[in-house]
Amino acid sequence: MIAAATAVAFVAVSSAGVALFPRSILVFLIFQGSLLYAYVARIPGWLRATLLGAALLVLMPVIGTYNGYYLEVATQVGIFVALALGLNIVVGLAGLLDLGYVAFFAVGAYSWAIFGSPQGAVLFGGGPFPLPSWWFYPFLFIGLSVAAGTGVLLGLPVLRLRGDYLAIVTLGFGEVIRVLANNLDKPINVTNGPRGITPIARPPLPLEVSYAVGFYFLVLLIVLIIVVVNRRLEDSHIGRAWEAMREDQLAAQAMGVPLVRAKLLAFASGASFAGVMGVVFAAKQIFINPESFTFLESIGVLAMVILGGMGSIPGAIIGATVVTVLNLQVLKGLSLWLNELKNAGVTIFGYNLAGLPTQLEPAKYERMIFGLILVLMMIFRPQGIFPARRRQRELGDR
Amino acid sequence: MSALFEAVDVTKTFGGLTALQRVAFGIDGGIASIIGPNGAGKTTLFNVFTGLYRPDGGTVTFRGRSLVGLRPDEITALGMCRTFQNIRLFANMTAAENVLVGMHARIRLGIRDVLARGTRFRETERGLWQRAAALLERVALRGKGNEVARNLPYGEQRRLELARALASEPALLLLDEPTAGMTQSEAATLMALLRRLVNELGVAIVLIEHNMRVVMEVSDRVTVLDHGEKIAEGSPRDVQANARVIEAYLGRRASATRTAP
Repeated sequence: MIAAATAVAFVAVSSAGVALFPRSILVFLIFQGSLLYAYVARIPGWLRATLLGAALLVLMPVIGTYNGYYLEVATQVGIFVALALGLNIVVGLAGLLDLGYVAFFAVGAYSWAIFGSPQGAVLFGGGPFPLPSWWFYPFLFIGLSVAAGTGVLLGLPVLRLRGDYLAIVTLGFGEVIRVLANNLDKPINVTNGPRGITPIARPPLPLEVSYAVGFYFLVLLIVLIIVVVNRRLEDSHIGRAWEAMREDQLAAQAMGVPLVRAKLLAFASGASFAGVMGVVFAAKQIFINPESFTFLESIGVLAMVILGGMGSIPGAIIGATVVTVLNLQVLKGLSLWLNELKNAGVTIFGYNLAGLPTQLEPAKYERMIFGLILVLMMIFRPQGIFPARRRQRELGDR
Repeated sequence: MSALFEAVDVTKTFGGLTALQRVAFGIDGGIASIIGPNGAGKTTLFNVFTGLYRPDGGTVTFRGRSLVGLRPDEITALGMCRTFQNIRLFANMTAAENVLVGMHARIRLGIRDVLARGTRFRETERGLWQRAAALLERVALRGKGNEVARNLPYGEQRRLELARALASEPALLLLDEPTAGMTQSEAATLMALLRRLVNELGVAIVLIEHNMRVVMEVSDRVTVLDHGEKIAEGSPRDVQANARVIEAYLGRRASATRTAP
């Protein structure tokens, strides 16, 4: 009862706070914290659903009209949640360490980028390019299929590999895709090389709201579908076979799990989520180039999965949210604040910050602090924020 | 000639070491035991039977079908399943989930059923969970379905592994030292359970065992391996009296000075 009242009050007050101080990152973080609280608090399921639903469907778009940047953050969080959920299947459930996951994201992004921009005409020497913007929607499925196919293609040669060896091969695969994107501007210009592709068509949105809000809803809808698909896969014989494979590959096979099929299915499902979000990402950015798909992105998504809790759907969602918000807001905000202190010439311990050498620019601390957070997290909570909990079932045997 | 399972002239070498030398083994029903000193090749034989190793020579047939070259999961789907000497449960999954994985080869649902989650899926899934509960009850793990396998005591882990193997609806069950680490009375209880499985489910069981009292009491037939070769086969009584068996277990001097019982 108290928890329910607290949750409602927390969400209400913090969202009002965002309306009052639309420029304050701190207040927006408190709003996000209130959603997290509503998610974990011991409150009835319907109240949780109502609070989170209201926050995501009503409050967030309204806040977005005050400060468009927050909507941008929310949209990016959505994209990374989908990526983390996809990688969670491969790494968290099936136990196949994939360090080149962003390759599938790239494959999806380039499939729409080429056909949804004048690049298609360059590639095919004419034709109806860019395709009409409604083609974006069929391309969600095309991007999904192409990425899933790429996943199988990667899966086939690495079926025999495990652990470290698999990690190295997938790392190489990720780099191959990026290098291909970087160099396939000759002899045939497919990807336009390092210059990237622009302008990429944006989808027509049927809603009578601003484009950013509409796009936010589109991402939200796709994430929702991905969560449902993910849960259904996990809670079935397929998901159980993946987990068995992670626990003991040999025993899983001896119990009748066909390893080849189970692994390929894991790679393909994980890749397909990334493929869909790649299409969305290309449309959102309007411009993509190989720099968007570096090794660091793969590691970033992996950090989300591990930070959130391997093999756990809520974990992947929270992990993606925390890391994205950290990168886009907390650390940025911190370095801005430090910069202000520096520019104002504040003295700390008798040292004037204005005299700070350029090598110690506050902006350079961002990565360091992020790394520090990861290290501390792994020392003090190695199982992640939301570790996978075994589903308790009524077996009818008590 | 055994109709259910028949292995003839099975040979397996690792580099220069001959682990199995033209071993023959067959079973039609009941409980057969494979015994022998450490390193005699018992587990290697199991690994050949279940497709983990490919034999260098010989044939292995199950219900008239050759198993050589088949993958372990294909062999399980045909109706043979095994347990492991060092327990190999899915440690972080619950007992019920372990049993459910054992049913994998029998589940006739496609990915479309899983994604659609229609009545077909839900009814099948409900049936699977009911069967899992029944199997757990059969091995005296009633009410432990939601326990994570890792947290179960040793004896219960052994029984859970048995339930997981039974979940694949095998006609032939291969158990690698199921009583290892058990007290004499625990072992006796397990053997009574195996006997019941044979009588009630009609499953044939092959045991690898070290516990001689258990072997002699429960087995219909005993096969003795030593240094990768079959040195004796027959009823427990015959095998116990066999001079080569005594020699293999006790050494040459002991058998020479030992008077017949």
